[in-house]
Amino acid sequence: MAKNHTIGIVDYGAGNLKSVELALAHLGYSWLTSGEASKLASCDKLIIPGDGHAGSTMEVLNKSGLSDFIKSYYQSGRWILGICIGCQIVLDGSDEAEVACLGLIPGRCHKLPGGPGLKVPHMGWNVCVPKNEHFAFKGVPKEASFYFVHSYYTKPVSSDDVIGISDHGIDFASAIGRDNLLAFQFHPEKSGPWGLKLLDNFLGAQ
Amino acid sequence: MLEKRIVVCLDVKEGKTTKGVRFKDNIELGDPVVMAKNYYDQGVDELVFYDITASAEKRGIMIDVVRRVAEQIFIPFCVGGGIATLQDIRAVIMAGAEKVSLNTQAVKNPQLISEGAWAFGSQAIVLGMDAIKDPSFPSGYRVVVNGGRTPTELDALAWALEAQRLGAGEIVLNSIDADGTREGYELTITRRISEAVNIPVVASGGAGQPSHLEEVLSTGKADAALIASMVHFGDYTIASIKKDLHRAGVNVRMI
Repeated sequence: MAKNHTIGIVDYGAGNLKSVELALAHLGYSWLTSGEASKLASCDKLIIPGDGHAGSTMEVLNKSGLSDFIKSYYQSGRWILGICIGCQIVLDGSDEAEVACLGLIPGRCHKLPGGPGLKVPHMGWNVCVPKNEHFAFKGVPKEASFYFVHSYYTKPVSSDDVIGISDHGIDFASAIGRDNLLAFQFHPEKSGPWGLKLLDNFLGAQ
Repeated sequence: MLEKRIVVCLDVKEGKTTKGVRFKDNIELGDPVVMAKNYYDQGVDELVFYDITASAEKRGIMIDVVRRVAEQIFIPFCVGGGIATLQDIRAVIMAGAEKVSLNTQAVKNPQLISEGAWAFGSQAIVLGMDAIKDPSFPSGYRVVVNGGRTPTELDALAWALEAQRLGAGEIVLNSIDADGTREGYELTITRRISEAVNIPVVASGGAGQPSHLEEVLSTGKADAALIASMVHFGDYTIASIKKDLHRAGVNVRMI
């Protein structure tokens, strides 16, 4: 796979983009970090990273025109990767905020219920078990763990959109996808060698 | 199921890792970036770099260390020591750290916790707390600052709850009584705080052998255990500690 193409990192003014950039550098890819749709439009793949709040994230994406841009980018058939909040906003909405999200995958985000011994946010390392074989998990062992920090979880309407499942009191979808869209609730860029492997698999997607 | 984390702490003075006992008699151990990479390769879950550089003009060295660590290791890491302002927090985060640890400065100015959480998210703000046994306090433990030298009027449990309310996303609870002794963690206060708050508690101080980690992660209800001497001096590796914990039934990340 040629690595001479450019990965666009969507900068919506929140969250730490540095670790995603450093992971791409480590894997030998060049990137462009921008909050402007016109600059990101020519990128070969798109990453929507970030920590943050669904409400404030959507507010910035809507105001800057990035929401419409991401939707049209998805329609163009090029690959998109959502990470953490960037994973949650690809659904229709979230219980975190009364705002419409991108709606690329039918479904909603709900708050993790927690419970005795189950702290929320769900923060730390946990497994994400793929339901079926998936190119993103190629070469990654089933018992591999990834780094999570979140209080809300994605619930796609169709189980066909669920790629991998994690457990924190309840089983929830921690890797989802549809067509040319892939999204992880955890941070592959902060998940050691197996996280980097997932990123590399995404970056190599045709 | 969420796994229990092993966190390695590196005390960094003017760009070099050091280790002391009860914050005294520090000896130099080497390049923190090389050590961090080594622990990363062994499968450590997280790292904490504590800047103990005394002079303000040499503080910039730490930012350079953070930058070089971020280029080479792809797990979360936290930076503490001398972080007093939002600008200090920003500098560390922008250099590639996931979290900052606020200790003495959070006691002096609790707003730093809430302002930091507002600007960077709770997940980026860790309360570092040094506690010492003192039966005259409600929880039996008193908060001390300045590396354990200065007692405060704060009760350890009350301060933990207040820090959570202000927006801290995690607590690193260090026992001054146990620190550097290698005789085991302080289980009592670790358990009390961990059961009282809804954010993760990282137990610190006193680790000398894998069974100590098992105790604090099970009986002590800690979410993570911080170690330093155990691995810095080559007595154990991360892999050997995790193997022992796994055998004892503690859910840890195996790589």
